[in-house]
Amino acid sequence: MMIQQQGKKVGLPLMNLVRLNRTPILKQLHLEEKLLRKSSTNWCIINDGTDTPAIVMGISGKPSELLEIGSVLRDQVPVIKRFTGGGTVVVDKGTVFVTLICNKDDVPGVQPYPRSIMSWSGLLYNQVFKGIADFQLRENDYVFGNRKFGGNAQSITKNRWIHHTSFLWDYAEGNMAFLKQPARAPEYRM
Amino acid sequence: MALRMWASSTANALRISCASKTPAFALSRCFSSGTQLISFPLPIIIFCKLMVLDGLKYASSHEWVKHEGSVATVGITDHAQDHLGEVVFVELPETGASVKQGGGFGVVESVKATSDVNSPISGEVIEVNSKLTQTPGLVNSSPYEEGWLIKVKPSSPSDLESLMDPQAYTKFCEEENAAH
Repeated sequence: MMIQQQGKKVGLPLMNLVRLNRTPILKQLHLEEKLLRKSSTNWCIINDGTDTPAIVMGISGKPSELLEIGSVLRDQVPVIKRFTGGGTVVVDKGTVFVTLICNKDDVPGVQPYPRSIMSWSGLLYNQVFKGIADFQLRENDYVFGNRKFGGNAQSITKNRWIHHTSFLWDYAEGNMAFLKQPARAPEYRM
Repeated sequence: MALRMWASSTANALRISCASKTPAFALSRCFSSGTQLISFPLPIIIFCKLMVLDGLKYASSHEWVKHEGSVATVGITDHAQDHLGEVVFVELPETGASVKQGGGFGVVESVKATSDVNSPISGEVIEVNSKLTQTPGLVNSSPYEEGWLIKVKPSSPSDLESLMDPQAYTKFCEEENAAH
């Protein structure tokens, strides 16, 4: 408890770290939602890849609008709808998943709203990727230069929030064919 | 000029026309002579360009409730919609569902994020705003009118006593903003 309070004083939340390796993304999402809603402590989950390729959509995603249904069915790719917002991603063994689950009061200076949480994440990853390529948080994407390599999404409850990211550290180019071009794209990609 | 443009966009946001038969409140004092008088049907408090309406009660999680007889209408505040960003999807309960004060009843999705919406009062859901399926952006453009979320038959009228009045909510928002 004392360490937690000291952490708060310097604006740093005390995190429980969970390191996973090739845990199926569906199992990871189940774990995350349970920790968000049932736990009262802060968590950082890192999963190095998922066991088999999968398509993960945001809560309001419509398969008919976002996916090449024929290819998805032909190749029997699992399609998962997650509890957070955001877009659609194809994940596989080359994806690095990083999730942060925090009590809103444990991260001073960060309001429990999307833009505030996103900005804070940008500062965090600026430190992580310092000196590597040209990392930026650009609009709502993590990019090297103008190439997006990580999407992210959030869910915000009354007193807690989750921010999770799938970094496409490596990917099978052919898997991108399962996705349609989204109707809306960030300006930097125009 | 700047004030007139601001007032015009405010009126548009509230979907209020400039010609009102019996305005309950007028912002005539805010404008220099020669500018347009904008009349509002309800008294409003404006701070930092965000709206807080009189006659409503507010929860610390930024939902509002308007109690009229046996029906209470619930939505999210202008402060909330502004901080969330563009709303792209709204998930609401079925009619007949029970809601509990402080408990979640739905979800609002803005870009990249889902946010729980909590009920300021307990009761039974008697109507949901079906317009939000096709036009979720009403939550942004008209948070206190066309962007309402649910109507509830209250089960405990005393719930309202624990909510904030407009002045207290305004102060709450100012303190919350100042803390970050």
